[in-house]
Formats: sequence, C-alpha cells, structure tokens
Amino acid sequence: MSNTVDHIDPRLPKDIAEASQWQLMWRKFKKHKLALISLYFVGFLYVIAAFAEFFQPFDPEVTSRRDVFHPPQAIKFLDRTEDGTRFRPHVLGTTLSRDPETLATSYEINADEKIYISILGKTKPYKLAGFIPMSRRIIAPTKQGERFYLFGGDRLGRDMLSRTIAGTRISMSIGLVGVAMSLFLGTLIGGMAGYLGGWIDSVSTRAIELILSMPTIPIWLGLSATIPADIDPLMRYFAITVILSLIGWTELARVVRGRFLALRTEDFVTAARLDGARPRRVVFRHIMPSLMSHIIASVSLAIPAMILAETSLSFLGLGLLPPSISWGVLLKEAQNIRSIAQAPWLFTPGVFVLFAVLALNFLGDGLRDAADPYAQDLG
Amino acid sequence: MTQQQASANRPILEVKNLVTAFDTRHGTFTAVDDVSLELVPGETLCLVGESGSGKSVLSRSILQLVDRPGRIVSGEILLHEAHPDPKQDTTTELDLAKLEPRSGIIRNIRGRDIGMIFQEPMSSLSPVHTIGSQISESLKLHEGLNKKQARERVIEMLRRVEIPNPERAIDQYPFEFSGGMRQRAMIAMALVCNPKVLIADEPTTALDVTIQAEILDLLEELKTQNNMAILFITHDMGVVAEIADKVAVMRYGKLVENGNVKDVFANPQHDYTKSLLQAAHQTQLPSTERLAMREERPLGDPILEAKSLRKEFYGKTGLLGMKKTTLVAVDDANFTLREGESLGIVGESGSGKTTLARCIQRVLSVNSGELHYTDRSGASTEITQLDDKQLQPTWRDMRTVFQDPFASLNPRMTVSQIIGECLLLNGMHSKADRRARILELLDLVGLPSSAMERFPHAFSGGQRQRISIARAIAPNPRIVIADEATSALDVSIRIQIMDLLLDLQKQLNLSYIFISHDVGLVRFFCDRVLVMYKGQIVESGDSEQVCTKPNHEYTQALLSAVPIADPTQRGQQKRVRYQQ
Repeated sequence: MSNTVDHIDPRLPKDIAEASQWQLMWRKFKKHKLALISLYFVGFLYVIAAFAEFFQPFDPEVTSRRDVFHPPQAIKFLDRTEDGTRFRPHVLGTTLSRDPETLATSYEINADEKIYISILGKTKPYKLAGFIPMSRRIIAPTKQGERFYLFGGDRLGRDMLSRTIAGTRISMSIGLVGVAMSLFLGTLIGGMAGYLGGWIDSVSTRAIELILSMPTIPIWLGLSATIPADIDPLMRYFAITVILSLIGWTELARVVRGRFLALRTEDFVTAARLDGARPRRVVFRHIMPSLMSHIIASVSLAIPAMILAETSLSFLGLGLLPPSISWGVLLKEAQNIRSIAQAPWLFTPGVFVLFAVLALNFLGDGLRDAADPYAQDLG
Repeated sequence: MTQQQASANRPILEVKNLVTAFDTRHGTFTAVDDVSLELVPGETLCLVGESGSGKSVLSRSILQLVDRPGRIVSGEILLHEAHPDPKQDTTTELDLAKLEPRSGIIRNIRGRDIGMIFQEPMSSLSPVHTIGSQISESLKLHEGLNKKQARERVIEMLRRVEIPNPERAIDQYPFEFSGGMRQRAMIAMALVCNPKVLIADEPTTALDVTIQAEILDLLEELKTQNNMAILFITHDMGVVAEIADKVAVMRYGKLVENGNVKDVFANPQHDYTKSLLQAAHQTQLPSTERLAMREERPLGDPILEAKSLRKEFYGKTGLLGMKKTTLVAVDDANFTLREGESLGIVGESGSGKTTLARCIQRVLSVNSGELHYTDRSGASTEITQLDDKQLQPTWRDMRTVFQDPFASLNPRMTVSQIIGECLLLNGMHSKADRRARILELLDLVGLPSSAMERFPHAFSGGQRQRISIARAIAPNPRIVIADEATSALDVSIRIQIMDLLLDLQKQLNLSYIFISHDVGLVRFFCDRVLVMYKGQIVESGDSEQVCTKPNHEYTQALLSAVPIADPTQRGQQKRVRYQQ
C-alpha cells in the first residue's frame, strides 16, 4: 500500500488545504476593491440606521419657524479668539433678513455669533430605538436650545441631517425586511419547484412569469392605494413592505429554482441519496449549503431594488406618509420648482439613495463573483 | 529533389529556452520552464504530459494566446518563412516571443502561418455562424479573397477533410454536425490558409475512439499532402505510437525527454517516460493481480441478475411540446454478476452504458424488466419496483463510485463528514465508532489520517477519487459500480486507482460493475464484458475472448480503432468500419 499515495501537484497552494468554502469566498471577495469599499459603506449605513437617534443632532420632528429653508453651515474646527487658537468645533451664526421689495428671505453669516458643537454632547433625554434611555448624541450644540444645520433646514425649519439619518433607518431597513420576506417566499416556492419538479414546477414557474410580466409601478400603486390612509405609521410600513415583497420574491424564486434544478442532478446529491439520506436531509444538509452563497449574492442585489421601489412609491405619495420619514418621503418635499431654486440641499436624501444603491450593487457584484466557483482567479 | 530534401530537414519552427510564467497570489508559478523544441516540415511532434505539465501553455505561448496573468518571461520562438504582411508574399524569420499578444503581426501569423485546433469541438466553433462563414473568415482576413473565391476554397477544403456533401455542409450550422464532423470542420478552418505549422491541442480527447481513429488518419494524410509540421498535444501514449514521428515528454513544466518515437518507446531515458509507457503497456493486457486472485478464490454464486431491462426517456418537441418523442436508452439488457467478479460495460458515448448503470443502482426507475439482488443471507429481492425507502438495504450493499472526482464530493463538507454520512445514516451513531471506521477506511484507500478534517478542494483528482472509493466501501458493500471512475484521471494515477480497486476486491471480496469507454482498461480489469451499442448489448462474454476474438462486427470495429502503444506495429492493424 505504501506506493499508492499520489504525488502532490506543485500547483496546489498549501495554505488552502483546510480553508472552508467561506474563507475562500472571502479571500476572493477581498480582491474586488470596489466591492470591499462598498461593504464598508453599506455597513456604515446600517450602523447609522441602527443607532439613528444617536447620530441625529436634533429631533427630526422639531420645527423652527425662524430657520425656514436655512442653508447648510460648514463646521469650523479651529476657534480663533483673543486667547489664541483652539480646537473647538463650531458653526457661525446667521441672521435672517428679508428684502423689503421682493420679500425674498436670505441668511447672512454673522461671524461674531458662534454656535459651539460638542462631541457626545448632552441633549434632551431620548430613547434609542424606542426603549434604551439615553441623553447624549454624537454631536450636539454645547448650549441646549441652539440649532445648527449641517445639511440645511427644510420648509418648516427641521434639520435635514437629522431627517436624512431618520430616513436612512426606514429606507435601509425596508430593503432588509422586504428582502427577508421575499427570500422566505422565494426559497420556499423556488425550492419546491426545483426539487419536486412536475406540475408544482409548471404552476409556480407560470405564476412567476405572470407576475414578472406585469408593470410593477401601477401594481404597487394600486395595492398601496388600498391601504387605509389613517392607519398607524408602523402598520403602513409593514403593509408597504409586504406589497414590495409580493413582487420581489419572483426573481429570487427563479434563482433558487435554477440552482435546485442544477444541484439536484449533481453527483454528490445523488451520492447522498444513495447514502440513505431522506429528502429533508438532502435539501438542508447538501443542497442548501451549496446554494447559500448564491442566495446571499442575489439578496444583496435585491435590496437596492427594494430601496428604489420604496423611494419611488413614497415620492409619488403612495408609499410611506409623513410623519414617517424615509428618503422617498423626504424627496417628496423636493418635488416643486421652488425647492430647486431656493433650497437645493433638500436633494441630499437623493444623494444617499444614489450611493446606497450603487454600493449595494457593487457589493452584490463582488459577492456574486466571489461565490462563483467558475470565475477565474486572477492572481 | 535534393533541395526539397534539404528544406524538409530544416526546422520551420524553433522554440528555444522558452519560459512562461503566471503571477499568482502565491508568487510566480513557472508553467513552462526552459523548454526547447523543433518542428520540422512533414513531421509530427507529439507533446506528451499529464494535466498541469504545461503542454497546453507551451502551445498557446507559441501563438501568444496565453491569458493574463500568464506571460512569456524569456526564450525565443523562431518561425522561419513567416508572412508578417498579409499583402505581400515575402517571408522572413520572426521571433514570436518578442511580439505583442495584440499586435497586428501576430494576428497575421495566426491562421496564416500557424493553424490551431482545440480540444472541444463543441465550444471552439461559434454556434450562430454557418460552418462556411467561419472557415472563410480567415481567408478573407489573410488572403483578401472575395466571397465567391472564398466559397470555392472552403468547399474544396471541406472536401479534403472528407465532410460528405460539402456544397450543402458549407451552409450548415455547427449544431447540425456530430462531434467528429465538427472536429473535421475545425481542422478545415485551421488548414484553409495552408499553414506550414499546425498545433493540435488534444484534438481527439473528447471524441469516441472510432472517430479518433478517423481524425488521426485524416491529419496524417493532410500532413503528407501539405508537407506540414504538426505539434500534436496528447496524454495518450497509444495515440503517440499511432501518429508521432518525434516525441517530447513534459512534466511540471520541464521537458524530460525528446527524441524519435521508436527510440523513445524502445529505450526511454527518463523514469517518468518509463512509468508512462509502463502504464500504457500494462492496460493492454489482463491484470496479473486479478488472474492470481481468481486462481486463489474462484468466482462465487450469482448475486445480481438482470432480465430484459428497458429504460426509455421521453422528450417533447414541436409547438408547445405537443409531440412526444421516445428514446430507448437501454433495450433488453440481460446479464449476471457473480460474487467477486468484475463485469465490464464498454461502449462509446451515447451507447447507454451510464444509463444502464444508473438503472442497476436504481437511481433511475426502470420501464420494464427485472433485477434480482441476492443478499448475504441468500434471500433474493426484485428491486425494480421498490421506492427509495425500500431500497435502503440494497443501496447499502450496492455502492457507486462516480466519474467526476470534483462533482461527486460535496464541497461544503469535510472528508470525515463525507465518508461518515453513510455510516451515520445507517445507524452508526457513536462519534468515536465512526471516527475509528473512517480512519480505517482512509488507511485502506491509502490516504493519511490528516485528510479527515480537510475539504475536498484540498485534494488532487486522484486523491478525491480515493475519498470517493472510501465513501463507497464504508458500509461494507458487496457490489461497487464504478462509472468511468478513472477516466478523468491522468494515466499514471489511473493505474494506481485501478490497482487500489483490485486490492480492495482481494481484501473485501467485492464485485465490480466497471463502466468504461476504454477497451484496454476493461481487458485489464474485468473478467467478463458487455459491449453496448445504441442501447443494446451487442456482445457479452469473457473479456479475453471479446477483446481478442470479437464476434460482433461493432466490437471488431471498436477494437480495430483502439490505438496500440507500440510504434513498430503502426499500420499493421486493419481498420474495420461498422455500418449498421
């Protein structure tokens, strides 16, 4: 028996010997620099979404009649006073003036008035995520009651930065929750169609094709118009998520069905069957793990679609409604010509949508490439 | 005459100290390491080597077709009589290694001075263009012919590669051609500009042996007609013996042997060449180990009996799948397998041998017929009508080793999980027991115990096949079905796996059903053999008798097409073609 051990191919790198599939995937993913940056960016957005109240300098609902359409202010870090220059972040105060003839308002910078900002400053007590009592925010005016507008103020003088952060929570989470629901439906229906085949496959495939052939926006509009207008904002949030995922599951179901069809005839699945594995074990122990990477990749590509869908619905006024705050709701404020002319900073949520969707798409691309065992490993 | 003689001996292409390397994450990997070769007009140089030896990279380096991150590091590739300018007929000497992979000059060389044929005739032709338009493309590019002239030349070329009815074939699409016809079309494409050098990278590996024989004949004929130099890449020593004038052997990127074919076969210098030749010769005769084993322990009683097995597949064609078609994959198969016996099933692709194996294993259902399995206690069961649950005891006794060592092991499980799966599902719940059994099995198949916690991708093809065998013998079976279990492996590893299987048979008194397209392997390994053709068993009997004195005409045709690994016997075998 001693002469039966194979020679070792010199091409086999030694260190992958005990690396699992996930470790190999991560290694491949790391080479996709854009995807890696996107991963960090998306992670950052979700951290903001999770701890939204902590990152908001102000309560997003608090209005200020004096600061209607207040322009964005720049933070100055060095404070020059008679005592010398010190590190003390602040913004310069403004005074409102009105043109006596045209009645147009304008804010003049008042260099003497400084609004100091403290990091982890104390503010009015609030509850993080609705139940953790806290009283500090990441940045807050040193003197309570003062206000500053890093992203500007809206038509009621509410702080756009705080509102955008609040919108991040809803918009980013609607993607996650919606995709989670689509994923459940998609894997269940797609998996059954792919594994069982036969009439179940025919019926569900036709159903998927039917749903995919319908124009999505009118369907969403029609469905969301059936939600009562006076419903609780949280319920509305869930209703909208359900509506979005009722369409979103189809794409995932197709992916899952295709993978099941391919894997069902793989030799190792047949081998498991011959080993005496029952169908449930074959599906969960053998097919599902091989599917996981593909599912993760399709999910990360489905999230941006979800976010865009929510944004467009809310923008059209049939998605979430105030007092809920999402990027779409915020962009609804920027619908008229006046905001373009007078307060272009109302578009900042749009910039967030753009970057979030781009980052999620890059992330999905990177994951898909990393999960694909046939992709060439270049260097 | 003398002038022609002189030019015939002068090489047309010289590779000098070529080094091609790939920059990888783990450092630079040298795929071709200091290789020097010469191609002479009118001669075939066979480049032999196993997978990963760098033979394909070498051939691609010549045409500057190496994909990134590969690059030619140093060395020269001298092409004499090159046509760098398509408009002029002047020839010069050119160093191809110095050219840019995307330069116009190398594009002029490709197809015009050096033609290339690839392994897979399925994927190297464009499916959406007609055969004619693909072949005439290089004529238009290199010789600036107009449509009508090009068409004439293409028809002429198709006639030369013996494609029947070339006037019609020129307007057909690749999918209308069989594998052998596609490879002929591919050859026509490579040769239409009358190149002086032809590089053929495993052109017959994907083809059936009878078609391989025809393609080899064709290449030989074209070589003499055109006075062309052929670089023929292969791993099959039989093919080498059949067509080579000179042989070069590569291993791990280095050239280990280079010489005249008869000298190399008669008197190999390098140990590696010796082992390759030994493996090739060994599989042309019955295994002495097997014969000794049968002396010691004669075959037992029949344990598996098939009576007129039939398997049909149904397809749908026509509008909305209204028309049903039936394909009879296995028709009226009868055989008996005895205890301790190795039964071979041999046939070409599409002959139904794999379907038959899957029917025996009952992965597939059977349309009609009976399959009787006699277990250890002597009780006989008819298994064609059982469902998965009722088949459990039979599946424990009858196991499969699959063809593809990469697809048959779950990539997400460690080796101990893969082998342990069957033990666990058959009631061995104690972890320590399972571990002990897995260690025993790994030792039995010649793998170190450290393999247990590794994933399949950490192993080479041969080692994976050992894992697959360990999984098959885990529940102590009586029958192992090996479906082309060695065909994905290199020659030297193949013989190791065959020896392992024989060794296990000796120790565990296994019966094998061994499916292969390779007649030599079947003769080496099996006591009896079934020859399948188009779903039917056309001949069955003692393997020696079938392989030396075949009765059926198809078997005769099949055997006459098998290349013999001995260049001195070249051309002595009379080729029989089987026409139904």
